[in-house]
Amino acid sequence: MAMTGPAMRLERIIAPSWSRRLGLPALALVATVAIAAWLAWLAGAAPLTVLGLIVDGAAGSKFALLETLNRATPLIFTGLAVAVAFRARLWNIGAEAQLYAGAVVTVLLGTGAIVLPAPLLLPLIVGAAMLAGAALLLGPALLKTRLGVDEVVTTLLLNFIFLLFVSYLLEGPMKDPMGMGWPKSERLVDAARLPRIAEGLRLHWGFGLALICAAIVWVIQARTTLGYEIRAVGLNARAARFAGVPVNAVILKTAFLSGGLAALAGFSEVAGLKGALTLDLSPGFGYTGIVVAMLALLHPLAVVVSAIFVAGIFVGADSMSRAADVPTYIADLLLAVALLLMVLAIKMTGFRLVRG
Amino acid sequence: MEALLDILLAGSFWAAAVRIASPLIFATMGELICERAGVLNLGIEGIMVAGAFAGWMAVYSGLGLWPGVAVALGVGMAFGLIHGVLTVPFGLSQHVVGLGVTLLATAATYYTYRLALPEVTAPPRIAPLAPLPIPILSDLPLIGPALFAQTPLTYLAFGCVLAVSLILYRTPLGLAVRAAGENPGAVEAQGLSVTAIRIGAVMAGSGLMAVGGAFLTMSAFDSFFFEMVNGRGWICIALVVFGAWKPGKALLGALLFAGFDALQIRLQQTPLGADLPYQLFLALPYVLSILALVAMSRRAQVPAALMVPFNRGER
Repeated sequence: MAMTGPAMRLERIIAPSWSRRLGLPALALVATVAIAAWLAWLAGAAPLTVLGLIVDGAAGSKFALLETLNRATPLIFTGLAVAVAFRARLWNIGAEAQLYAGAVVTVLLGTGAIVLPAPLLLPLIVGAAMLAGAALLLGPALLKTRLGVDEVVTTLLLNFIFLLFVSYLLEGPMKDPMGMGWPKSERLVDAARLPRIAEGLRLHWGFGLALICAAIVWVIQARTTLGYEIRAVGLNARAARFAGVPVNAVILKTAFLSGGLAALAGFSEVAGLKGALTLDLSPGFGYTGIVVAMLALLHPLAVVVSAIFVAGIFVGADSMSRAADVPTYIADLLLAVALLLMVLAIKMTGFRLVRG
Repeated sequence: MEALLDILLAGSFWAAAVRIASPLIFATMGELICERAGVLNLGIEGIMVAGAFAGWMAVYSGLGLWPGVAVALGVGMAFGLIHGVLTVPFGLSQHVVGLGVTLLATAATYYTYRLALPEVTAPPRIAPLAPLPIPILSDLPLIGPALFAQTPLTYLAFGCVLAVSLILYRTPLGLAVRAAGENPGAVEAQGLSVTAIRIGAVMAGSGLMAVGGAFLTMSAFDSFFFEMVNGRGWICIALVVFGAWKPGKALLGALLFAGFDALQIRLQQTPLGADLPYQLFLALPYVLSILALVAMSRRAQVPAALMVPFNRGER
């Protein structure tokens, strides 16, 4: 084996030009589209037709656009959850479980256990759901700060554990007795449902709540001490500690915020869209949130755009695969490619690879 | 209690434990090689999925069983190359790229599956590797069925642990790999390329992960299902930590873990198991993995340069 190999190293570019800063990410996008065309061709379909069908299915009609926004709603929440955590280098890969924690609490409180009018009941459920999600991430965060246990693995494994717990709840204590044997919870009472944004419009207030959350997270990150501390911990935890930032406390606060945001995705899906909890509530929104957050470069406002883009690809691919003979998994494949190429493009705006 | 004793005294239990351990052993050795060279490989879960599919698909398309294993190995190495190039010379976040590679490998597998088999509702079966009992030894009580009546791929898994230990601790190549994970600057000072060593280690490790995946479709079962890897990759990452980055201890961890897994399956069928929700048993392996991480956290000897990108001429 050649252990000597080519001698390459990264050299920092002091002041990257605008053409470099815009050109490389644009190139990544173009490459992703080219790969999409190639994948469609592999499936034996006409590449341009397939691309057109995806765009059309995502945004070609009012119905398609609303479907995309509905799909984007949970992704904004999980994307924010990941963005907040990753910024502090808290690798929360457990948004999937935290989402379900929010959904479970929504069902617990929203199926008649508490009788309150909607303006009181909804904030109560939101608060409790966020606490549940936060509690679920607090465990791994404490293990990280106290014992140095890597949170990537613990949060990942908790996803499996919590999903089994939800499966137990839906087949046991939380099962709808009228559910014809399906593992499904009872439906929420009307006061616990999120209303639609406008009469006759198939879009619920979960989307509005997601936008509000994005704004709040942006304010926290840009305008508060906590936001500053989160950035400092993420950039260099050792230096931050030296400068007097309470690193562990900041990580725990971040975990609280991140877990809470992910839980809102579960709340919004149950209270806004589905009305009940089933085991297929989330087709991996927690994991997709990682892609959403990375494509948004961890910026909370960009998360909204990125979530809509990602949701569009999924909705578009679903609709396309019904019309053309191309598997809907093309969406996941494209997102993975986009993610890897985009991270590479962003890195290379600030560096160049040189010999020597 | 008596039920427990019955389980532990049955040869089938020990055979099952070793069978369950086999894919974990391959993938854990793979992850261990990557991490010893200084690269965390979170692509493991997806690479196992790709390996499971590639090996099975190759055999289904008419290749022999061993060529099928080779195909899985090659596919794993290809994904390893992607992970290695992005994280080593380009120095991208190993967390983000690893998760990206898992997503890429999984999605590519599902896409290819649907393209290759568009019409099927139930995935077709292949004739998997058959058990190869070793004369005389396989007749030993308990140990016989466990260690000497398995498929050749299981024997290969144990051989792989031996090979990895020998290479890591007894060869110049192994020294270079370990040094790349502990003190990459010293490796460069010797005139060796950290980049080449790390990419090579990630490719070799990823190949083993894929063979671990292929064990599922070509030895443990005879067919490919979505979700069949089901978190095994993440468990292997925990096993590397549990084994303190040493092949022998990691093997022990994999066997211990698989023993518990085989036990929970059997406990489900006892009167006690009938009273408890089955999800509790299914969650046990994941809970154990977390507990193992916690128990080992104090004593862990993490490779010093794990997750630290190396850039020549930079301090």
